[in-house]
Amino acid sequence: MTDSKYFTTTKKGEIFELKAELNSDKKEKKKEAVKKVIASMTVGKDVSALFPDVVNCMQTDNLELKKLVYLYLMNYAKSQPDMAIMAVNTFVKDCEDPNPLIRALAVRTMGCIRVDKITEYLCEPLRKCLKDEDPYVRKTAAVCVAKLHDINAQLVEDQGFLDTLKDLISDSNPMVVANAVAALSEIAESHPNSNLLDLNPQSINKLLTALNECTEWGQIFILDCLANYTPRDDRESQSICERVTPRLSHANSAVVLSAVKVLMKFMEMLPKDLDYYGTLLKKLAPPLVTLLSAEPELQYVALRNINLIVQKRPEILKHEMKVFFVKYNDPIYVKLEKLDIMIRLASQANIAQVLAELKEYATEVDVDFVRKAVRAIGRCAIKVEQSAERCVSTLLDLIQTKVNYVVQEAIVVIKDIFRKYPNKYESVIATLCENLDSLDEPEARAAMIWIVGEYAERIDNADELLESFLEGFHDESTQVQLQLLTAIVKLFLKKPTETQELVQQVLSLATQDSDNPDLRDRGYIYWRLLSTDPVAAKEVVLAEKPLISEETDLIEPTLLEELICHIGTLASVYHKPPSAFVEGSRGVMHKRLPARTGSGEGTECPDVGNAAGGSAPEAAPSIIPSQGDLLGDLLNLDLAPPTTTGPTPSTSGMQMGGMDLLGGGLESLLFNMVSHPKMGAGFGAAPAVMPASLNAPVGGGLGDLFDLGGGVGMPMGAYIPPKTVWLPAMKAKGLEISGTFARRAGVIQMELVLTNKAMSVMTDFAIQFNRNSFGLAPAGPLQVLTPLGPNQTIEVSLPLSTVGPVMKMDPLNNLQVAVKNNIDVFYFSCQYPISMLFVEDGKMERQVFLATWKDIPNDNESQFQIQDCHLNSEAASNKLQGSNIFTIAKRTVEGQDMLYMSIKLSNGIWVLAELKVQAGNPNYTISLKCRAPEVSQCVFQCYEAVLKN
Amino acid sequence: MIGGLFIYNHKGEVLISRVYRDDIGRNAVDAFRVNVIHARQQVRSPVTNIARTSFFHVKRSNIWLAAVTKQNVNAAMVFEFLYKMCDVMTAYFGKISEENIKNNFVLIYELLDEILDFGYPQNSETGALKTFITQTGIKSQSKEEQSQITSQVTGQIGWRREGIKYRRNELFLDVLESVNLLMSPQGQVLSAHVSGRVVMKSYLSGMPECKFGMNDKIVIDKQGKGGASEEAAAGKSDLGGSGGGGGKQSIAIDDCTFHQCVRLSKFDAERSISFIPPDGECELMRYRTTKDIILPFRVIPLVREVGRTKLEVKVVIKSNFKPSLLAQKIEVRIPTPLNTSGVQVICMKGKAKYKASENAIVWKIKRMAGMKESQISAEIELLPTNDKKKWARPPISMNFEVPFAPSGLKVRYLKVFEPKLNYSDHDVIKWVRYIGRSGIYETRC
Repeated sequence: MTDSKYFTTTKKGEIFELKAELNSDKKEKKKEAVKKVIASMTVGKDVSALFPDVVNCMQTDNLELKKLVYLYLMNYAKSQPDMAIMAVNTFVKDCEDPNPLIRALAVRTMGCIRVDKITEYLCEPLRKCLKDEDPYVRKTAAVCVAKLHDINAQLVEDQGFLDTLKDLISDSNPMVVANAVAALSEIAESHPNSNLLDLNPQSINKLLTALNECTEWGQIFILDCLANYTPRDDRESQSICERVTPRLSHANSAVVLSAVKVLMKFMEMLPKDLDYYGTLLKKLAPPLVTLLSAEPELQYVALRNINLIVQKRPEILKHEMKVFFVKYNDPIYVKLEKLDIMIRLASQANIAQVLAELKEYATEVDVDFVRKAVRAIGRCAIKVEQSAERCVSTLLDLIQTKVNYVVQEAIVVIKDIFRKYPNKYESVIATLCENLDSLDEPEARAAMIWIVGEYAERIDNADELLESFLEGFHDESTQVQLQLLTAIVKLFLKKPTETQELVQQVLSLATQDSDNPDLRDRGYIYWRLLSTDPVAAKEVVLAEKPLISEETDLIEPTLLEELICHIGTLASVYHKPPSAFVEGSRGVMHKRLPARTGSGEGTECPDVGNAAGGSAPEAAPSIIPSQGDLLGDLLNLDLAPPTTTGPTPSTSGMQMGGMDLLGGGLESLLFNMVSHPKMGAGFGAAPAVMPASLNAPVGGGLGDLFDLGGGVGMPMGAYIPPKTVWLPAMKAKGLEISGTFARRAGVIQMELVLTNKAMSVMTDFAIQFNRNSFGLAPAGPLQVLTPLGPNQTIEVSLPLSTVGPVMKMDPLNNLQVAVKNNIDVFYFSCQYPISMLFVEDGKMERQVFLATWKDIPNDNESQFQIQDCHLNSEAASNKLQGSNIFTIAKRTVEGQDMLYMSIKLSNGIWVLAELKVQAGNPNYTISLKCRAPEVSQCVFQCYEAVLKN
Repeated sequence: MIGGLFIYNHKGEVLISRVYRDDIGRNAVDAFRVNVIHARQQVRSPVTNIARTSFFHVKRSNIWLAAVTKQNVNAAMVFEFLYKMCDVMTAYFGKISEENIKNNFVLIYELLDEILDFGYPQNSETGALKTFITQTGIKSQSKEEQSQITSQVTGQIGWRREGIKYRRNELFLDVLESVNLLMSPQGQVLSAHVSGRVVMKSYLSGMPECKFGMNDKIVIDKQGKGGASEEAAAGKSDLGGSGGGGGKQSIAIDDCTFHQCVRLSKFDAERSISFIPPDGECELMRYRTTKDIILPFRVIPLVREVGRTKLEVKVVIKSNFKPSLLAQKIEVRIPTPLNTSGVQVICMKGKAKYKASENAIVWKIKRMAGMKESQISAEIELLPTNDKKKWARPPISMNFEVPFAPSGLKVRYLKVFEPKLNYSDHDVIKWVRYIGRSGIYETRC
């Protein structure tokens, strides 16, 4: 017999017929009729008119029929509250049935009948069922409390069901425990302040015991509940982690993800130098990788979560790039997510592979995927400087394909690459211009216009190109209009003679014919600037733009912290806090990661979490820092909304390319000597970049060698190189400058000796530096108060700061200086010993040193020989300390002393060193490890200079 | 938690609709139909948010299963539940099709009532469910039977019922592996991994306590300490020639996951795999290895472009395992450019054909013994095109099946203890089978 026939009846008078059948005496016929009713109900027909007749069938000992009637009841009781009362008696009776299956069925259904009048009658049966001897009934009753609470919370509290539910957490049956936990967690969500779950070490212990025994679903409930607990200290945290880790091998992905959530959260509390911390990090990677062999829908959930985990703790998956390579038959949603993670994991070590993959992807068929792949190539260029050139050439290849959307996407990312590496790849502009006509998307058009405006002086027909856009000005999107306005103003400032008309035209279009306030305001500002003070206009419009940083779409840290607490859930899939998509009171509570309690590393845990805790986090996380507001607007930063323009981490400051020799815009440089635009101010102050790398596991043989404790003697004075002549009098109309650099009490000094070898008096001295690798800038004006007469010499000491604008120089420690006096402006360049940038707090913790040493890839290690040095290791160590090179540990192996040292540069870069000194051998070997290996050569020179003087 | 569960046919008609939560209304049923099933675009995500309601869906043949919620549920759990739901339905009435669902809708409602309570998944092991949810109507149960059912459904061993009896105690273990490879034209392994499964079919009486052992490096090293691990290291070095033949003593497993019957804390502490298996078939474990994989075949490609209108392709395949073993269902797929006009193929063994619709030459060999080689050569004629873009040369892919585990995994033992019944480990008839299949097995050319 098949049941599908019930779906087919659509006759008129059907209800009437059914009514007759429901009241039939024959049991079989009754059952058939109920099935028909349920089938109609399923497809959405209204069969509520049959309510009394169906309820009449309730009193039966046929369990199958009973279940069908109950199903009907659950659907229609709300629309027929009066009639529903009729069913109460049967429920009460069924709750006393000797068969536990029937008792459970009754209590289960009861809770689903959402009629106020009835609920009161149900309290007594529920109370009994909560204490039933059969666990099956108890586990069902536990869920029923949650149901009742959803209907009438007050009633549940008044009746004391919550306490009974709490007692069930100690039940002997693991499934009862699991359901009680689930019910309590849900109830607690709507009472954020009640201490309902009352998690304490004892109850946690019970939960952990039940965890080993209950079903896969029960394990999920318990793990999700555990994740809400905050352990008292790191020891408790560790012991819970130890008991949760076995769950990582469960076949059910949800169990694995919930376990990952607990571990990720509790890990926050573990001190990073703990061996266990490292072990735990290692244990997390394989299960996460395994999730990628699950069904595609689960892969999607897993990938969305991995995206969060990678942002929080990149070290976990940094070696697993390959598993995120896209497979040909992955569903599109999996492909897109994998691509995202690939970019996050891209690094110098794997960039070649990643690029090869991305190039493959860019030839696929799915438009979204191809676009994202093209965009990813651009992001790689920005993230890994070494790959930039290859990325650009790959993008050019792609532009040659002439596939419209590929070209547009490529242009958008090339614009970003220009922003990151100014003056490096402008040779490609010609190719870009060829594709001008094919651009039909606002973002691509805007990007192209920005490029034309920014490099107007190098594009011969820039005015024609921009003019062509101007024709349809009013049909363009705002983004393009704003961009066009700025680009033309830039063009005007660069080539004022030919473009006067054009700029007039665009200003009047923007201010008079447009009703967009943003556009109008910007138009007016430009207009006034241009008419009142063209020099100021130049300074504002053509000002140095901050470089964009590599990570463009990171989730804001507070939100990330919250999402980590929601691993596995919808919030982690949407990357939004629950309050953004859940209605009502539920989920308003913000979850936060616990603070680290361990060995005084509390500073690690950001306070941001607390600050934003109370307010709604939808208030758009401000990724673009405030300095961008007005100024940024004028500097046309509106192009790249997700781009961080704020203080760039100082390492990336090191990697900026481009040479802007003093020739060009120096006139402006000298005019505003006192305070250079504050743009660069962020660089020096950027936090020390020693990110997650500190977490690396500690242990192994290297660990104990630090117990030896290298005795560090009295520091000596810092090394100061002798003065040299920087600017001979011949070249500077009689002004001779010689000098040196020194670091005194934490302040960098430039010590200058100015000699007037000319016949006339020199006055009005001023000094300015070009942008340089470490942002050196005069901290005050050059103090030459009295005029310098012929043949007179004056010694001046100029304090320097390291917060000036940054540009990588070659050699790294090169400094280009301009000195002005009443006669002329003179330029010279000099090299400073990098040792003056070594800061006083450059002594690293041993453990941290060890971890960092391991964490820095071996590729970054460089070795040098220092020859003919006759100091013993003790003396060398003392000497070095004078220049802020700190010996952290020393060990002696077969007559060879190994000194381990750390150095911190003023911009937060750490350099780690290992110095081998052999008694009787004047040649030392030194190995340097640093995240920015470019500095190694300079640091080595310092060693040599310091040790030999 | 899950607010409701709907099943639709391919047209978007509702076959099953079960609502668990008050916040899910009838309109949710239509919202999903309109926005997902009838959507013009390809499905872009398995999770869809429509008007603050989230829909999770999976598709089985042309049937849509959708779980609905308005809360911040555990998304991984919802999908796991939907898969489980599919498993349960398949176990009850076979293939998930519109007809089967309509024929069993009463049963499905009954199941949904049992395995999802207020949106919380409950015990969903078919072994347990089948004891009290039957298609034949409930037999009148005695009190003992009833309490046995409830204790099983809620108990620690929810996946197995008491009192199972077999005349012959038998068990079958299948080690099923798929080996994945990406190789450079020069024969350098770019990436290789094996994903394997151990599937167990058991017909054992009572509540047997089982212990499964394999040549897991960690276990072997721990047992052998000094001597054995040296042996293992020595064994490893000769994996080349003896593929499948017990060359390796132990293997390094990157990661593994287990069926819920396996005691995970015991595995974590002692790395021993002990469990009471469900009756019948179950996937005992899944694992992944990346080290010392035996690559059953080596593909050596040679592509030469002769002028602008001709390509010469020569591909040699070499089998790399014991000569006594036979690989089956071998298929080599050589991609051809889109502007191919004609192909001449010569192969030593098997059959090869140019399939224009697939842009590939497909070379099939039924069987091939170990340590053999065979080759195919083809001349591909091309139409002249003005397409500047060079042909991207997609990789040559391969399919096969071999009777050993490419990871080198070996079942060392599966011991069965049932103290209450009078059969011992020796009485159990055990069968072990190894099958290695190709996953994505590609060589660039």
